[in-house]
Amino acid sequence: MTEKTLDVQLVGDLDIVMTRAFDAPLDLLWEVHTQVEHLRKWWARGNPMDAELDFRPGGKWRIVEHAPDGDWAFRGEIREIVPKQLIVQTFEFEGMPGHIAVERLTFTEKDGKTVLVTTSTFANREDRDGMVQSGMEVGANESYQALEAYLKTLQA
Amino acid sequence: MVFSALADPTRRAILARLADGEATVNQLAEPFPISLQAVSKHLKVLEQAGLISRGRDAQWRPCKLEAAPLRDIAEWTERYRRFWDERYDRLDSYLQELQATDGSAHAARDTAEQEK
Repeated sequence: MTEKTLDVQLVGDLDIVMTRAFDAPLDLLWEVHTQVEHLRKWWARGNPMDAELDFRPGGKWRIVEHAPDGDWAFRGEIREIVPKQLIVQTFEFEGMPGHIAVERLTFTEKDGKTVLVTTSTFANREDRDGMVQSGMEVGANESYQALEAYLKTLQA
Repeated sequence: MVFSALADPTRRAILARLADGEATVNQLAEPFPISLQAVSKHLKVLEQAGLISRGRDAQWRPCKLEAAPLRDIAEWTERYRRFWDERYDRLDSYLQELQATDGSAHAARDTAEQEK
């Protein structure tokens, strides 16, 4: 998958695998994930945010996104770094403290593009399902479109 | 139970077939190189997960897709996708910005260095 669309797959009961290609060399994609000054420019979807990142194994990160509907805070710890290949970190939404997912980010360069694959592993199904229940509502019409798209992925 | 029912490729294919309309066990089994018993077993898992229902007619027992639980999953996936999609779109434009003006890329890097 090298298109600039986000692919989301549920794998088994506990994993979510996201795949996205970017028109940028690997070095640059790595930088914008590992340097806090870069992170502040994109992570909050255009909202103002605070970010701290101590990028080393055992180092902590914390991001507070100041969205129009309120503050959203996330935190975690860096567990493993393989430069320009892999980041393993924990991810915790402070609105649901104690429910900690482990994220594996893998970076692969291909034809001048870089593919980022993020696998989030949740401790149990309730955690995984709870992760997105809050906040974002989907209208009925969109919900049917989502179902239609989902059925297409079943056929693949 | 719904997610693990969906994890199996044969069961996913069965659901995709049922999205086109009701079908009997024999019709469902046709495209697969597995026994009728194996297909029946898959159908039982799907039925227990609430993803399909079976007709009452003992001879036919046609299978029917139950849309509600699938729609829940589709909605859930869509929310998650949207949460990250916006973020990555933002990252995309930021990456373009950085590459268009190499100077600003260095500036951002320098600021990041100073903050360490």
